[in-house]
Amino acid sequence: MTIGLFIPCYVDQFYPKAAIATLELLEKQGLQVVYPFNQTCCGQPMANSGFAHLTQGCNNLFMQNFKDVDYIVSPSGSCVLHIKDHLHAENAADEPVAHHIRKRIYELTEFLTDILKIENLKARFPYKVGMHQSCHGQRGLKISQMSELVAEPFSKPEKLLRMVEDLELIELSRKDECCGFGGTFCVTEEAISAKMGKDRVKDHLEHGAEFITGADMSCLMHLEGILRRQKSKVQVKHIAEILNSYA
Amino acid sequence: MPKTIAEHPALADKFNQDEERVNWHDQTLWWVRAKRDKAAHTLPEWEELRNLASQIKHNVLANLSEYLIQFEENALKNGIQVHWAADAQEHNAIVKSILQKQGVSQLVKSKSMLTEECHLNEYLQQEGIEVIDTDLGERIVQLAEEPPSHIVLPCIHKKKEEIGELFHLHLGTPAGNADPDFLTAAARLHLREKFLTRKIAITGVNFAIAETGEFVVCTNEGNADMGAHLAEVHIACMGIEKLIPLRRHLGVFLRLLTRSATGQPITTYSSHFKKPRPGQEMHIVLVDNGRSRQLGRKDFRNSLKCIRCGACMNTCPVYRRSGGHSYHNAIAGPIGSILAPNLNMKDYADLPFASTLCGSCTNVCPVKIDIHDQLYKWRQVLVQEGYAPAAKKAAMQGMAFTFSHPAFYRMAGKTGKWFMKTTPFVINNNLNPWFKQRDMPEPPKESFHDWYKKNRQQNGHA
Repeated sequence: MTIGLFIPCYVDQFYPKAAIATLELLEKQGLQVVYPFNQTCCGQPMANSGFAHLTQGCNNLFMQNFKDVDYIVSPSGSCVLHIKDHLHAENAADEPVAHHIRKRIYELTEFLTDILKIENLKARFPYKVGMHQSCHGQRGLKISQMSELVAEPFSKPEKLLRMVEDLELIELSRKDECCGFGGTFCVTEEAISAKMGKDRVKDHLEHGAEFITGADMSCLMHLEGILRRQKSKVQVKHIAEILNSYA
Repeated sequence: MPKTIAEHPALADKFNQDEERVNWHDQTLWWVRAKRDKAAHTLPEWEELRNLASQIKHNVLANLSEYLIQFEENALKNGIQVHWAADAQEHNAIVKSILQKQGVSQLVKSKSMLTEECHLNEYLQQEGIEVIDTDLGERIVQLAEEPPSHIVLPCIHKKKEEIGELFHLHLGTPAGNADPDFLTAAARLHLREKFLTRKIAITGVNFAIAETGEFVVCTNEGNADMGAHLAEVHIACMGIEKLIPLRRHLGVFLRLLTRSATGQPITTYSSHFKKPRPGQEMHIVLVDNGRSRQLGRKDFRNSLKCIRCGACMNTCPVYRRSGGHSYHNAIAGPIGSILAPNLNMKDYADLPFASTLCGSCTNVCPVKIDIHDQLYKWRQVLVQEGYAPAAKKAAMQGMAFTFSHPAFYRMAGKTGKWFMKTTPFVINNNLNPWFKQRDMPEPPKESFHDWYKKNRQQNGHA
């Protein structure tokens, strides 16, 4: 089984540690992981801004990069959801490749719980951690139950975090409220985006978080920007970094 | 109040200048959302009910013309006068003609978002006709000369002190008295006088039943009943999508409506109007105003399932922090943002972008409208129709080029100016909107790509 590692553009450029942790975590499971060199972006920033018609270049590149792997795994629920919902081929003949990719792409935590079905991890992280449930992972990929629906609760990322020694997962007042990042929304609707981010950070701080984690680096980047502006000591860490650490 | 067209970000920015007020607005609506959750979770069959309601509405939309004809036939048999309006202007003209026939220039009106959509109040005011809104929240915004900011809670943006001030100015209550009980009693006295002296009452319609030709009006204050029962002429105004096929379907919707809206098990008054009482005239105005056009848009027709509960607004993290007026449309929030561009793409091109696409709206919707997917689809339509700002268009073309050319992408990243090159619209601005309230991410010394090349190249597809 070959795993294709998909590292989204902003993770590649700004958060290599999250990418390295993802790679190491997968390798620790004894998997063969390849990282196709010509990857860039999933195309979501354009598509969510109404420019889906400009994403074919990204789609073509993505298909070229990942056509030969068994699974594609990425530390970003949002990018995974975009590929799952919107990747398509330029020509009908290539559509089976697009279909294969859409079916075989996984966000890291769902891959670990659903495909590898891991039950324990050798990890230790002795801190109070707040888990930010990113909307696209939660409501899009359904990696955790949503507070609006009448159904049994579950959370794939939380299940993994509970395997980490000495980690204390804090409760939040609004467990699945959006952080306000929203891709280009964060600049086109700056006032609301920043306010939502501040409110999300406040919920974590009020419950004593020392770290904020999540399965989507983009939300964490937004929250990190707000924490830094507030000169807060609280740090963000991608969930892969916590699952891969032994502090 | 004249309709103002301003972009959502600018209006939201203005609303956010008073952060305390934003906090209060957010918490008040979140409290309603939490009440909704509590009410929904008491019904184990909740998700089934949503499915059922969605399917019934699907049937209605698939056979709308037949149900409308059936409804008209039955309503006529019941002695209701039926009018058809293609658009807002026709609707307003029909209402005016009924008033003129009666020689009446004053009326009471209970809550109706359709009349808001048609700007009936302004129209009648210009014709010299006085309209008194009888829903307390509606009356408050009417006194403030503002449109409602929420379809269920029209004055949710106003604090009780502001309402006390308005009542002091308009109803003569003592200055500084903001006691909700006292103010409600004052409003009741004021409205009672209107109910007793007005000959014509307008109501909205929550559900119209094709099978029986009757309609149902839901209120918590009983004001629709007070108006309609006392008036000699009752005019009910409804959008053509308000139909349901059978009376027995009503239970499904009544169970969902108020639980979704306010967390109540049912509205205090769910009144059936089937025929005029002896000596009374009863009219119903069936209004299209773009609905058949929306029905024809395959991607957006589901939006016509909406039963106007407002749950999507209460749950929307953007609505809660931008206020209803920032949507500059009668129906605010997520549902308004998919209904408005159907009415006018140019004026409302900003609204489908006033969302993070978090999807909470879709999850609370009692009739399972795919709201956030429709927001995404509207964005594509609006851009294709040419309503994207030029700067955004240029930025997107730049991004598309960069991301399609890996070597260029890597070079741009390496120079440390990746952000600026790929998203120039972020930076090419006197006030970098990212930086205004957030720090920029700190660039690491190498990208993951470079790290991998150094450390794992043997495994890679170089």
